[in-house]
Amino acid sequence: MSLVLRGVTKDYAGVGVLHGIDLEGRFGEVLAVVGANGAGKSTLIRILAGAQPMSAGEMRIDDEDVRLRSPHDAHRRGIRTVYQELTLVPGLSVTENLLMGDFPRRRGLIDWPAAHARAAALLESIGFGAIDPRTRAEHLTVARQQMVEIAKALVTEPRVLILDEPSAVLSGRDLDSLFALIRRLRERGVLVIYVSHRLAEVLDLADSIVVIKDGRVIETTEPARTSEDDLIRLMAGRKLEQIYPDRRPEPGEPRLEVSGLTRAGEFHDVSFTLRAGEVVGMFGLVGSGRSELARCVFGAEPAGAGSGAYGSPAEAIAAGLALVTEDRKRTGLVLGMSVRDNIALTTLEGPLIDLAGQRERIGGMIDRLGIRPEGCAPMAVEHLSGGNQQKAVLAKWLLKNPRVLLLDEPTRGVDMATRVEIYRIIDALARDGVAVLLISSDLTEVIGASDRVLVMAHGRIAGELRSDQTSEDEILAHSMGTLI
Amino acid sequence: MTAASPRLVLRGRDVTVEAISAAVVVLLVVVAATTSDTFLTSVNLTNLLKQMVTTGLLAFGMLVVILTGGIDLSVGSVVAFSGILAAGLSAGLPIPVAMVVGVAAGIAFGLVNGTLVARFGLAPFVVTLASLTTIRGLAFVYSEVPVTPSDPAFLTLGSAMIGPVPLITVIMAAVFVAGGVFLSRTPAGRSVIAIGGNAETVRLAGIDVRKHVILAYAISGACAGLAGVVLASRVGIAQPSVGVAFELDAIAACVIGGASLSGGRGSVRATFGGVLVLVLINNLLNLYGVQSFWQQVLKGLIIIVVILVRRK
Repeated sequence: MSLVLRGVTKDYAGVGVLHGIDLEGRFGEVLAVVGANGAGKSTLIRILAGAQPMSAGEMRIDDEDVRLRSPHDAHRRGIRTVYQELTLVPGLSVTENLLMGDFPRRRGLIDWPAAHARAAALLESIGFGAIDPRTRAEHLTVARQQMVEIAKALVTEPRVLILDEPSAVLSGRDLDSLFALIRRLRERGVLVIYVSHRLAEVLDLADSIVVIKDGRVIETTEPARTSEDDLIRLMAGRKLEQIYPDRRPEPGEPRLEVSGLTRAGEFHDVSFTLRAGEVVGMFGLVGSGRSELARCVFGAEPAGAGSGAYGSPAEAIAAGLALVTEDRKRTGLVLGMSVRDNIALTTLEGPLIDLAGQRERIGGMIDRLGIRPEGCAPMAVEHLSGGNQQKAVLAKWLLKNPRVLLLDEPTRGVDMATRVEIYRIIDALARDGVAVLLISSDLTEVIGASDRVLVMAHGRIAGELRSDQTSEDEILAHSMGTLI
Repeated sequence: MTAASPRLVLRGRDVTVEAISAAVVVLLVVVAATTSDTFLTSVNLTNLLKQMVTTGLLAFGMLVVILTGGIDLSVGSVVAFSGILAAGLSAGLPIPVAMVVGVAAGIAFGLVNGTLVARFGLAPFVVTLASLTTIRGLAFVYSEVPVTPSDPAFLTLGSAMIGPVPLITVIMAAVFVAGGVFLSRTPAGRSVIAIGGNAETVRLAGIDVRKHVILAYAISGACAGLAGVVLASRVGIAQPSVGVAFELDAIAACVIGGASLSGGRGSVRATFGGVLVLVLINNLLNLYGVQSFWQQVLKGLIIIVVILVRRK
């Protein structure tokens, strides 16, 4: 009674991503899959979900050879997948999203009260009763949408449920409901394949843990026989003694001076200075205007009043600025283009591009940042993992040798090992005299990786704190505007 | 060009769309050569080389616009307008000047299309649908009846030969070579492709998206203007009604060549392959004496088959 993969390999355009994955999941257990970004987890999920064919290898369910040709094929075999990306139809109600065409009818017409009741019963039965089935999906919070996604996967009572980072957007009670649900599913004999960066959760939930690195299974273990540190060491292939870099020396001359900057409805009268060689953290709750501020300084949106913002991205770049936006898929990358072409975007110089020189410069940057998999330059960037995509965005800007680097949530959805690499890159840049603004919702990161922290609340700078003299509580209090 | 040339996996191996187009072209040539006595005659081959010029020029211009994620439906009307303008002006102006003005008119229409799309954010389909009918109307306003250039020198461009190859075919080939270099080796060409993939990312990389979109439509307009002038010179008469539905052949050539209509993906060489496929089919069916309506049916079916084959 198990799902078995033997020698599964996958390559994209000749570049190997998976090199012979062996794993076994028994029905009625939680199998956790962990690994650094780029280890091949997402590709593995897509293969299990039938969304991508494997290049070689085999898959057996209950000792029967199975070849998945499509996600639909996987559904018929009882395999359901909940991806990180949400797939609900925004304009439809929760009920419609859940039942997807399979409505109760009365005299040929949809029986709406019965349909809503069925949806409500389903949500209730899996512990998500707090969601009103009549609500349109777009009006739900991201966390609730994620829960509906999970509910949708359970409508058909799957035997295998694959969850890709389900806890990334959940917190508090929602997270508790999810864990309770996973435990109930396990008792019902479902194989839950749980992919997460949150190792504490993994150790808490899983029956067995598979660690993937560079497209191979490097360890199969159990929570009782391992620890968070062990897992990190395995994923990274080395020991992480120190997550955040040492303190940097005193900063130099001002590189960016923003004064009284205002954009109606987004932020008001914002002033700050970034100096050469310092990393300034910026913390704020969602909607506090941080991303809008960065975009405005960079010239992507016009400013209403104040000084320090540039007129266009081209002007900002000419002045030595670089902006790594928070949403790499929508504003950081051209997903269908190769890694190389993406990185080249900021340094297209003519009349004729020197292709050999470009290849060499970009290859050097790929090596310097350790963008994986090996030899990924000609691969479409969409096939890279989140962390490596983020590094590709960074590479594009580092080629410009920026004097001021604006980073908006550079570690969102990035695993611990890659995060540490990104902190080291930021630190090295600052030591070289770059002024860095690090916008982040992660309190530990904001304190650990920066020299001082600007806190935004309701579109204003509500406080400025020295990183070595503040605490998470103090920053949080400022961000809620309670200390003004 | 790696990123811009679409690939597909056939029995586990990577095969470029370019290779498939080449194979289809070779197959068509072999079939034509073995089943028709007239195919390999110099008259027919010269004819073939001339026939591909119009579709070829339009297809390259169309490809550039399609790469940005747009479409240019106005090219057939531009062919008519530029041709009739050049033919009409040749009565009073030196012929080369008249022809350049004809091409310039095409560029001007392209600039208008591009500006409406890029600066005012209008949908390319709607903008160029409007200019399709506007420019067609302008061609008839200029002259309701076909214009025959009085000076026979007007026909030189369309009839001159360089060795065994018509001059206009050489011009078209030059456009494709220059176009290939433009898209693969120049910052503007790379930008055009990237814009079709994700315009916001390109804008934030400091590249002027509007300028490049306008440039793309101007290139399409220039190609259409040139095609119009060349066609008038080849046929020896400029008609306001010529060029109806030419845009469809141009789009078809791009699609057969693997271009994605949502932008960001397409190849110059494969598009040229698409042009050859279309022209060879037409020629072949003409040689067989198949009715032109059936040619249309077959062309449609071939497009569907090509897209089905390419589907993952």
